[in-house]
Amino acid sequence: MTDIVRFENVSHRYGKTKTLDEVSFTVEKDESLCIIGPNGGGKSTMLKLILGLIEPKSGKIEVLGTTPENARSRIGYVPQSIQFDTLFPVSALDIVLMGRLHLLRFGRFSKKCHAIAEDSLARVGLESISKSPFAELSGGQRQRVLIARALACEPELMLLDEPTANIDLSVEAQFMDTLKSLRDIMTVLLVTHDLDVISEVGDSALCVNRRVHRHSIPLSPATVQEIYSGSLRLEHDRKVRHQTGDHTGCDHD
Amino acid sequence: MIEFFEALQTVPLIRYALIAGIFSSLSFGVMGSFVVTRRIGYIAAAIAHSSLGGIGAAIYFSRKYDLEWLTPMGGALVAALISALIIGMISLRAKEREDTIIGGVWATGMATGLLFMHFAPGRGVNLESYIFGNILLTSQADVIAAAVLSLVVLSVTLLFYHKLVAVCFDEEFSRLRGINSGGYFLLLLVLISISIVLLVGLTGIILAIALIVLPAATASRFNKQLWKIMVSSVVLTLIYTVFGLAFSFVSETPTGPVIVLIAALVYGVSLSRK
Repeated sequence: MTDIVRFENVSHRYGKTKTLDEVSFTVEKDESLCIIGPNGGGKSTMLKLILGLIEPKSGKIEVLGTTPENARSRIGYVPQSIQFDTLFPVSALDIVLMGRLHLLRFGRFSKKCHAIAEDSLARVGLESISKSPFAELSGGQRQRVLIARALACEPELMLLDEPTANIDLSVEAQFMDTLKSLRDIMTVLLVTHDLDVISEVGDSALCVNRRVHRHSIPLSPATVQEIYSGSLRLEHDRKVRHQTGDHTGCDHD
Repeated sequence: MIEFFEALQTVPLIRYALIAGIFSSLSFGVMGSFVVTRRIGYIAAAIAHSSLGGIGAAIYFSRKYDLEWLTPMGGALVAALISALIIGMISLRAKEREDTIIGGVWATGMATGLLFMHFAPGRGVNLESYIFGNILLTSQADVIAAAVLSLVVLSVTLLFYHKLVAVCFDEEFSRLRGINSGGYFLLLLVLISISIVLLVGLTGIILAIALIVLPAATASRFNKQLWKIMVSSVVLTLIYTVFGLAFSFVSETPTGPVIVLIAALVYGVSLSRK
């Protein structure tokens, strides 16, 4: 098996705060790995290291057999949709076309780029709203547009940063299907707090809290409690299940 | 209004002002759309105000060393470009608060200009003309400069439109796609600076920001695509400029304030509509 991502004794610190301490792990081809762990545990740092946006203090990182910087063009990155200026006047298709920027020298995008962008939108089920302004899309649609943009990069590895953080999943059931369809076609690494996503999409979970630990899926309640050091997350998860008619974990009849 | 059209034929200055205004409207509209949607109105304002430093320096050195080629417009252009690069580089690289840099460059440029004007040999400098605009300052050379600079702004925007839009929308993702995000942001600021300098004769450095921002802000209320905002904003700016010049000529009122008030009025009305 080829390693898609390889961390060897990687350490990183912001100022005096150590975010990652001697971390080693590998991600295999076509694996779907959920990166979980408490806030401030180093999850985002790990994504930035894989993308080559920041450098490790020590250790070695290999992505797609080369340095993160060289691998960048073959990675599809999906940031959180909340960080964008929703008033910015671009259409869904404009945003997806940004995934083809590396092929554009000047002027207009080629017909091929347009075709790939439209195909990417269709793959996340949004072909009908390609001309809609970003401002008029729902949270889930925005996030799917960003996934389509990453798909338009024709990536070998997909990185997603908390893709469900700003979405009401009961409304956006289709979103989970989109995530699942990604898993079937490429290697996926996703940072998430969402236990539903972990159980539906992940092959295994990597808990990051300065150090890393791999967990098999489904996570045991004890593991969840240990990771999030509290029962709040479990209770939240039970409530979500309760609303959708699944009463596992509820103490009523 | 007939007097205005008669004057266009007989008075070269009015004709120059109108032609320069029409040419520069093209770049105001396009750059104004970037300024409004990228939310960098304060950077544009700082660049406009700090160009006084270049105006003052140009007047000082041209009088002191008898350099005829050194025009206030030329000085303004250099100062605006320097300010744009300083603000851009510091906001990209250093961990300094952006608004602090903007305020600093804004005031430093103006202070430099005022001192140069104070020490400039010869008769006093008509500061008001540069601050609030004076179309009588428009020369034939300014018309040519406006045409050339507008053409430069438009062509560069057309060539790199998608990259500029991408960098404005998502700087980090553009960088990941191999785009020099910082470079394109600086390019955008440079194009904005050029557009602002074109406004100095028409509205002056203080009112310039209004004509950069208001037409685009009005246009963005009715359009949700950047290129449509640009087209509408160019049309609006053309109307404001031509109508403002005509009205101020007929009513014998200062041109800059008239143009700005028309722009503000239309924007105000647009706010009341969905």
